[in-house]
Amino acid sequence: MYVLIAGGGKVGANLIRSLLRAGHEVTLIEQKPYRFDKLEAEFEHQVIRGDATELFVLERAGITRPPDLVVAATGDDEDNIVICQLARERYGVSNVIARINDPRNQAYFDLLGISPTVSATGAIMGLIEHEVPEHGLVQLLELRKENLEIVEVTVDKGANCQGKRVRALMLPEGARLISVVRAGKAEIPDDETQLEVGDQVLAILEPGKEDELRKALL
Amino acid sequence: MKAIVVGCGRVGSAVALQLQASGWDVTVLDENEDALGRLGESWTGGFVVGHGMDLTLLRAAGVEEADAVVVTTDGDNTNLVIAQAAQKHFEVPTVIVRVLDPARAQFYATKGLQIVCPTSSAIETLVSAVRHAEEDAVV
Repeated sequence: MYVLIAGGGKVGANLIRSLLRAGHEVTLIEQKPYRFDKLEAEFEHQVIRGDATELFVLERAGITRPPDLVVAATGDDEDNIVICQLARERYGVSNVIARINDPRNQAYFDLLGISPTVSATGAIMGLIEHEVPEHGLVQLLELRKENLEIVEVTVDKGANCQGKRVRALMLPEGARLISVVRAGKAEIPDDETQLEVGDQVLAILEPGKEDELRKALL
Repeated sequence: MKAIVVGCGRVGSAVALQLQASGWDVTVLDENEDALGRLGESWTGGFVVGHGMDLTLLRAAGVEEADAVVVTTDGDNTNLVIAQAAQKHFEVPTVIVRVLDPARAQFYATKGLQIVCPTSSAIETLVSAVRHAEEDAVV
């Protein structure tokens, strides 16, 4: 696989190292001279110096081939958005991954259809939620393109769904229970499955319907 | 008519002042409070301090009711992202964005953004001035 990485900070540098070790072909673009010198000492001709939002720099890095994947991992969200837009819309790259530095900029990536995105803050928040669920509902996976998400709910004592069968639950439209883990064993629930205290329930639903699902279950 | 100017440098401030002089209701947004000084002491329009990428601030500046948004911060990519948000998300009827890099300007113009590229304009003016000199010399 041929991968083009924009931004040789911690994220970009470790990515190229890992991808090369896995036998992939990689080109990394880094703008800052000092940082570039360090990277060049390690990765030689596989690093190119320049601004990855400049078309001629991208072309020098081989974007016209085009790469199988472009990773926009600079420390600047606007740059990452433009890199992904250029890669996809100007050069026909089919897979892009964007790093989000400031989670408040997520809205821009969504608005401009740039996905998947990776945000360290978002990932850590997800883990914190998993460890300390505040609202009873933990987001496990977001399928942005498909406009779906998978969430986990633990049935506590006194929950709305305790003792009820799945068909009796007032689930929001489009939501489905996809798995019930009881005593360490997972089963796929059907209409007759009865929920018990301690069950870990996985549900798939459209983002934005979390509150309705929470009301139905908890 | 309401206009928002994002980025209050030499260009942005002059655009804001001229629009206001011709009767527009103008709000300026800049992350540097000192930029207000460029608008002069008699500025009566709005001024919002903060980064143009902040959607909350764009709303506070009145982007939802704006007839026109002019984006002229000193970052091409910042300008391109803000302009796309104004156009696609807030559906502002007229969005004009300054982009210094001719290559990016050309590409985003094909994506339906109204772009002003001072670099391209300068190149055209310089080249045509030299050509005129050449023609004059031949005559």
